[in-house]
Amino acid sequence: MGVVLALLAGWYLAALFGNWNGAADALARAGAIPDAEKIAAATMAQERPVVPAPHQVVSELWRSIVGMPLGSKRSLLTHAWVTLSATLMGFAIGSLLGIALAVAIVHLRSVEASLMPWIVASQTVPILAVAPIIIVALGAAGLTGLLPKAVIAAYLCFFPVTVGMVKGLNAPDRIQRDLMRTYSASRGQILARLRWPAALPYLFASLKIAVAASLVGTIVAELPTGAQAGLGARLLAGSYYGQTIQIWAALFAAAALSALLVQGIGLAEAATARALGARPAGRVPRSAR
Amino acid sequence: MSRAGALALKQPPEFEPAAPRAAQEGPVIAAPVIAARGLSLTYTTADGPVHALSNVDLAVAPGEFVSFIGPSGCGKTTLLRCVADLEQPTGGELTVNGVGAEAARLRRDYGFVFQAPALYPWRTIARNVALPLEIFGVPRAERRERVAHYLDLVQLFGFANKFPWQLSGGMQQRASIARALCFDPKLLLMDEPFGALDEIVRDHLNAQLLELWRKTAKTVLFVTHSIPEAVYLSTRVVVMSPRPGRIIDIVDCTALGRERPLEIRESPEFLRLGQRVREGLRAGHAYDA
Repeated sequence: MGVVLALLAGWYLAALFGNWNGAADALARAGAIPDAEKIAAATMAQERPVVPAPHQVVSELWRSIVGMPLGSKRSLLTHAWVTLSATLMGFAIGSLLGIALAVAIVHLRSVEASLMPWIVASQTVPILAVAPIIIVALGAAGLTGLLPKAVIAAYLCFFPVTVGMVKGLNAPDRIQRDLMRTYSASRGQILARLRWPAALPYLFASLKIAVAASLVGTIVAELPTGAQAGLGARLLAGSYYGQTIQIWAALFAAAALSALLVQGIGLAEAATARALGARPAGRVPRSAR
Repeated sequence: MSRAGALALKQPPEFEPAAPRAAQEGPVIAAPVIAARGLSLTYTTADGPVHALSNVDLAVAPGEFVSFIGPSGCGKTTLLRCVADLEQPTGGELTVNGVGAEAARLRRDYGFVFQAPALYPWRTIARNVALPLEIFGVPRAERRERVAHYLDLVQLFGFANKFPWQLSGGMQQRASIARALCFDPKLLLMDEPFGALDEIVRDHLNAQLLELWRKTAKTVLFVTHSIPEAVYLSTRVVVMSPRPGRIIDIVDCTALGRERPLEIRESPEFLRLGQRVREGLRAGHAYDA
């Protein structure tokens, strides 16, 4: 709570100083004699401030979420939904791809040697540079709308899943693997009954990173393409017309969305842990003797 | 004990691991379960070769309880792992039930109990015991019946739905013994199964194991550090010495009979056998120096 208050105070101060010159100029142009009090008041209520004050962002959020009908182009919820659907699709594609790659890497040494450098290289390419290429290329192939955005989201989010799952699938210790060997278990049986359950904690940790990356990927994909809808389009339109308040509102919406998604994964993780008998945190094992 | 005894009489339906029987079933004067001739295993390490096993000759008849004792690094665990085909000998011959160690593993001839319980933490005790049955494709109904029977045998019936962390170390090791027994292998390989347990629990489990062995007529190979444990349990104690790992003495303990109350450990005969094992161990060290 103290942190939040300090942040808010800092934000107001930033708005005050950031907008000071602009507000003073505006008052001068209007012919008023700019005294400090008037300027200070004006910094808080500009239409296109350099740094919008918190209450301006909140009221913009309120207006564009509650004040607009669903489906309207000016409703932030509409834009959030467009972004969310591409995010979830990209997340699904990226996670499945990431898991499939990890399974292949763990089972086939040659795959690790041949693919791993490419996988790492893929993540060093700036996504902002790649995104328009993918959008244009897929557009030329007749794919527009949701899928190209999802592809870019997947491009960003498969990597943490692959890295986490390779570690997770290799997590079982020697004695656990020896046990399977004494049963002459097949690779498929070892995967299903040992490697996969052992990897689940790693999977959820990776998925949390992946879902946030997927959201970033979707927003980035919406930026350079002149998309009509989505939080990225909203950001772009805002910056195009100097609507700083709108940009900030869209940023907050994106942050909230990402927090919700990560929270959702956290709930799924907790449910899985319960089903798999994880020891409740902080409880000492009961000696039953 | 009486409850376990009653149930042990009601043996579960005969269950044949899907594999052809040994070609030479032969006359009743049975072929050895384990036959090793000149068995050697040499590791190559950065510091030069390590002779884990050197020229080991051993034959174990059906129904025997053979303990392997010796200081760390004498190759007793390595020998057991060779029998289980978890390590491959570099020289000599080894047959298990008349076939090579790998063939024996592939037809699931033995149950292995490790130093640690090696229970999978995400499975309940019942599902841990059922693990080999699942892998061998035993139908669900029979699985349930066998798990119930063997949990009863190790006196864990009420704990079927607990997770491993909810049980004490001794109970976990009993569960792992039930898991090794539940597919009714003729051969039981135990690698210091009680090494991590305190003396009182250990005494208790020793008595239970002996009882189990008398009832089920299995052949047991048992690795241990403890002289009293070896003498108490075994029909023969194999004394080994390190660098290179080899057999220095084989002590016949059949004179103690098959019925062995815990008090037998104070009898003169028991102490004499223990003394002979101790002398063998000492001789191994002297040879080393």
